[in-house]
Amino acid sequence: MIKFVGKGVYGAVAIGKIAVFKRQTANADKVQISDTEAEKARLQVAKDMATEQLQYIYEKALAEVGEEEAAIFEVHMMMLEDEDFNDAINDMIDSEKVNAEYAVASARDQFAAQFASMDDSYFQARAADIKDISNRLLNCLGGGIGSAEATDDKVILCSDDLAPSETVSLDKSKVLAFATAFGSSNSHTAILARNMNIPAIIGLGEEFLVKISDGDMCCVDGYTGEVFVDPDEDTLARLTKKRDEDLEKKSKLKELIGKDNVTMDGTKIKVFCNIGGPKNIPEVKENDGGGIGLFRSEFLYLENSDYPSEEQQFEAYKNVLEAMEGKTVVIRTLDIGADKKVDYFKLDEEENPAMGLRAIRICLTRPKIFKTQLRALYRASVYGNLGIMFPMITSESEISEIMGFCDIVKAELDAEGIPYSPDIEHGIMIETPAAAVIADRLAPMVDFFSVGTNDLTQYTLACDRQNSKIEKFVDTHHEAVLRLIEMAAKAAHDNGKWIGICGELGADTTLTERFLRMGIDELSVSPPAVLKVRDAVRNIDLTK
Amino acid sequence: MKQFEYTIKDPVGIHARPAGLLGKKAKEFDGTTVTIEKGDKSAAATKLMALMGLGVKCGETITVKVEGGDEDAAAAAIETFLNENL
Repeated sequence: MIKFVGKGVYGAVAIGKIAVFKRQTANADKVQISDTEAEKARLQVAKDMATEQLQYIYEKALAEVGEEEAAIFEVHMMMLEDEDFNDAINDMIDSEKVNAEYAVASARDQFAAQFASMDDSYFQARAADIKDISNRLLNCLGGGIGSAEATDDKVILCSDDLAPSETVSLDKSKVLAFATAFGSSNSHTAILARNMNIPAIIGLGEEFLVKISDGDMCCVDGYTGEVFVDPDEDTLARLTKKRDEDLEKKSKLKELIGKDNVTMDGTKIKVFCNIGGPKNIPEVKENDGGGIGLFRSEFLYLENSDYPSEEQQFEAYKNVLEAMEGKTVVIRTLDIGADKKVDYFKLDEEENPAMGLRAIRICLTRPKIFKTQLRALYRASVYGNLGIMFPMITSESEISEIMGFCDIVKAELDAEGIPYSPDIEHGIMIETPAAAVIADRLAPMVDFFSVGTNDLTQYTLACDRQNSKIEKFVDTHHEAVLRLIEMAAKAAHDNGKWIGICGELGADTTLTERFLRMGIDELSVSPPAVLKVRDAVRNIDLTK
Repeated sequence: MKQFEYTIKDPVGIHARPAGLLGKKAKEFDGTTVTIEKGDKSAAATKLMALMGLGVKCGETITVKVEGGDEDAAAAAIETFLNENL
């Protein structure tokens, strides 16, 4: 048995035989030619042929998988027409007197490298599109097209990474799972796997392809990112069981869409979602999330090369508020620092960043950044039901200072005649032991609490989250952490405020009952965990 | 020359398909050059790969410059296109 570990992009388990994806690679060796006009004419014929193929694939994809998947081939046709790309190829044929194949391969490498070096994962993944259209062109120059070999059984398809045109020409009814040596979560293979609801493991490394061959028995675990080639009996039995249980669980969970998060004795709670940006909204809707319990505004800062403008932030917040159509959206103000670093903030290196200048401490030290974010949030508030949440709170004075800033921003907006909602809720994260211990004093100052269990655990147990060596000392169910949450819950309710949990423990269904008994009002979890938590809630009876 | 600013609302930024469609739209106006600027980088709207190469993300603001031909009609058409697609 050989075990490989990559990144699972869709949680599911598959067991079957390996089929290594074969592609015909056209020869692009350099050949000196004399008649450059004839070479360019040959290129034009190949381009027409490639366009014709793409048109055919586009129509096939449109009919079989829908417009979203088909759009990429429309883009490929446009890319094939790109002036710069065509100029690069034609110029090279002219100036270096080389064959069209070599010129296409050179342009391919140059443009693909350009995209691969961009700093956004979406644009990086477009390098694959450049390679795809170039290779198609190469195949057309050679007069043919490579295709996947037909297989009889359902297989686990293994490759370096699949190009979009390759994924479409696949007979999908034959694919159990994908396992690729390279690729990213934004690659077409990953997107396709998610759409097909089958497991895919990416980034298994080059060695993976060397060690496997057609017909090898293989188990793929999309939850852990593990791939077992030629599994031993125990592994096979374990994963067979995991697969069957997983399938049964999933079909049962789907039935819960549209149902209430209500216990057997009638206690209702909210199950919301944690998101990193507007791009996660479709997942929230698919999984029937009741609102957003934590929108991490960091993405605006992490994906930017300079401080995001008020306008830019306003648009992003407005997008999410509008998309959620009046459901609660809790946006957390920037939580930069500790493990989330941004160059342009120019923060000093710290001995102990988890306890350093981070989150609200940056905001209260650099008011301009804070005010820009608050203005954007207030302005966006008229487009939905907004909650603003402040991270890393330890004291009453911090809250007073924050509310002072809110008042200034409100006064500014009033003076400028810019509207904002009068119903914005202001809440704080309970993620330091200090905040939990004095929750009774903090509760009257805010509208809600949300417990950040990851930081609360690290600070309570004095265990660095990033340090894998102390993992065995991190008891995520430590009674001390649970009691702190309980204290905060009691303080919130004594003051008529609500309390949620937005850390990882929120999705830990072994704790759901304990949380409900504490009176937790809301659990905010990653979108794919919503139905699992709903299921747990519906099986709890608090009268017992 | 006409010029205006636009802030991208599409969650993925100026991605492949709308970039391609924007190019098609720009080509509808003979004798007019449409240039998209982000910071100190710029690209002709008709050049798909260069346009994607700008790497414009959600929330970022671009400057659109329209030069030559029927500038008013072209600028209006591009602005409508941006509002509807990006």
